[in-house]
Amino acid sequence: MLEIKEVSKTYVNHQALKKVSLEVQQGEIFGLLGPNGAGKTTLIRIINQITAPDTGIVTLNGQKLNPSHIQDIGYLPEERGLYKKMAVGEQCIYLARLKGLDAAQAKKQIKFWFDRFEIGSWWNKKVEELSKGMAQKLQFITTVIHEPKLIILDEPFSGFDPINTALIKGEIMRLKEEGATIMLSTHNMASVEEICDSFALINKSNKVLGGKVNQVKRDFAPNAWELMVSGANGINFPEFAHLQEESKMADGSQKLIVKLADGRALNELLTSLIPQCNIIAAKEILPSMSEIFIDVVNQNA
Amino acid sequence: MGKIGLIIQREYFSRVKKKSFIIMTLLGPLLMAGVFAGAIFLSLSESGTQNVLVIDKSPLNLTEGLFTEKEDFTFSYTTEDITDEEFVESDYTMMLYIPQNVVQTNKGVIYYKDAPSFITQGYLKSQMENILENYKLELNDISQATYAHINTKFDFSSRDIHKKEDDSYHKELAIVGFAFAFLIYMFVFMYGVQVMRGVIEEKTNRIVEVLISSVKPFQLMMGKILGIALVGLTQFIMWIVLTLVLTTSAQALLLGDKFDPDILSQQISKEAVQEIQQNEAGPSSELVAIFDFIDRINFPLMIGMFIFYFIGGYLLYAALFAAVGAAVDNETDTQQFMLPITIPLIFALIVGEFAVTNPEGPAAFWFSLIPFTSPIVMMLRVAVGFDASSMWQLILSMSLLIGGFLATTWVAAKIYRVGILMYGKKVSYKELWKWIKYH
Repeated sequence: MLEIKEVSKTYVNHQALKKVSLEVQQGEIFGLLGPNGAGKTTLIRIINQITAPDTGIVTLNGQKLNPSHIQDIGYLPEERGLYKKMAVGEQCIYLARLKGLDAAQAKKQIKFWFDRFEIGSWWNKKVEELSKGMAQKLQFITTVIHEPKLIILDEPFSGFDPINTALIKGEIMRLKEEGATIMLSTHNMASVEEICDSFALINKSNKVLGGKVNQVKRDFAPNAWELMVSGANGINFPEFAHLQEESKMADGSQKLIVKLADGRALNELLTSLIPQCNIIAAKEILPSMSEIFIDVVNQNA
Repeated sequence: MGKIGLIIQREYFSRVKKKSFIIMTLLGPLLMAGVFAGAIFLSLSESGTQNVLVIDKSPLNLTEGLFTEKEDFTFSYTTEDITDEEFVESDYTMMLYIPQNVVQTNKGVIYYKDAPSFITQGYLKSQMENILENYKLELNDISQATYAHINTKFDFSSRDIHKKEDDSYHKELAIVGFAFAFLIYMFVFMYGVQVMRGVIEEKTNRIVEVLISSVKPFQLMMGKILGIALVGLTQFIMWIVLTLVLTTSAQALLLGDKFDPDILSQQISKEAVQEIQQNEAGPSSELVAIFDFIDRINFPLMIGMFIFYFIGGYLLYAALFAAVGAAVDNETDTQQFMLPITIPLIFALIVGEFAVTNPEGPAAFWFSLIPFTSPIVMMLRVAVGFDASSMWQLILSMSLLIGGFLATTWVAAKIYRVGILMYGKKVSYKELWKWIKYH
């Protein structure tokens, strides 16, 4: 759906992106990861046509990015803000109309969302009267009010309390089910594992890693296995296997963490273990996104 | 309606609906009229009955009984000095001290408790002049008739050869011109600062990033500038309408039906003034002169010119104010950039003062062409009166102003575009220059 090809961007004093390419599939949740100052926000601004890339092409549904795409995109910036002195309802209508809705459509949509979030009573309040959490809910609504096909959320969970975080997560999943494509930039690795289908990791202006979350985790798997065994009494491991950890469980069984040499399979280990003990369970140890993140960023440093 | 229209609408209505705007709009002309009326009232009004003690030290006791009593004036005569304490405790409101050699010096001294109005002073002066004149006429054996024949007062009215109209109101017109020029200065500054505040507000609110994902930065900037321009025009037009209502009702109230605007518009105002002056029951000549003068101002021309030069000057400066707002994080940081904007504005006012006395001089000429000062200086030149032959200057000045605001808008848009997304950085002029050059 969204394709970014070799995009570079240099600001007055530094280069923010160096030939970054990535692709977001229709209907997926895409995580844009990277440490602070890596260039994520620049990339998001380019997709939103706030700034233009120096070189490279961005296409949305096969079309080169152009002003008609503005109403197909909903954008929640990291630094949130609304007009403090403006009434809630009026402000939502204004922002929706700037995205291309007419007054009647805007009103209808806002009614729908206000009912959904049960905040109809806020209509005539000024934004400065709302709490921070309330204002953020409101801002989320203004982001999705025009039913964008692509929703871009920069750090969507920062500053939300756990209840609102869950609420917003739920809404993101629902919007995905309804066919929207969502791109979110975040530091929150747990949420990446929880909701993202694909991701790209940007570090120091370069894309250093990307792809399907599951696939990348597999690629980064250390070929280590967690085994539950019982009836073992001094196991002899083959030379390609290295016991990293061993612990006794309450029921008398043992948990073993075994790392295999490159190119060796679990089956080979099992073949040598079966005569020595009862194997109850075997599970591959996959790295967390956060481990991959730190690993890759440190390698790059 | 395009997106820029939406922005204009929001900027306009969010300001016009504010209480401070409504109060300023209603109170502005009332305040101005109040100051005006107050000044007239103070200069004309009497502070009750003047009880004058005339202390005559002249050898022949010249003045004894010769002051004409009239309403609000009573006179007592003495040849004896009284002490200050005695005066303070007495009922007299003032003392007129006539020295021994008054015939040679034609001078006296007034001691007062409350400062006498100009009317009172003028009355005492004319009385003394009469008394002394009569004494001298008798002394020289000249008849009143002969004296009236000899006594000559010369006056002339001046006429510019290029213009048909009487030019004798130059000074007053200059004052009006200055008032209009000052109004331009005030409006440009006031509304320019509003543009800057609006930009800073959007920037510190962080709403700007949401906005420019929907509209181009240039649209956002122009929408704000134009919306606020309309606020300024609304205020100005409301002021004009309210002022007209106030002056018309003031004329009716103060002058009654003695004042016929038709007579004045027939350019025979001087005669009319004299006629009314001779009519004892008529309103005071000063008041008539003021309203006569107001009638003489070419309001359609002045208002037309004001609107053009206000809009032109405002657009020129508002773009710069917007750029300043975009370059800083909060209002306290604006000062270093405000200075180069305010200096030409203040400078224009100073040049304007010279332009009043010498409207065709080189300073007036050049600064009425330079876009940064022309809104103020040209306004003054037009008010004082403009040669038909220098019409080309007006046209050139207007074209340069249009060119000028296009140029500043272009530069400002470049600074604005980069600045609104730049946080936490003290920006230098060098940095701004980089932003302008940045493609």
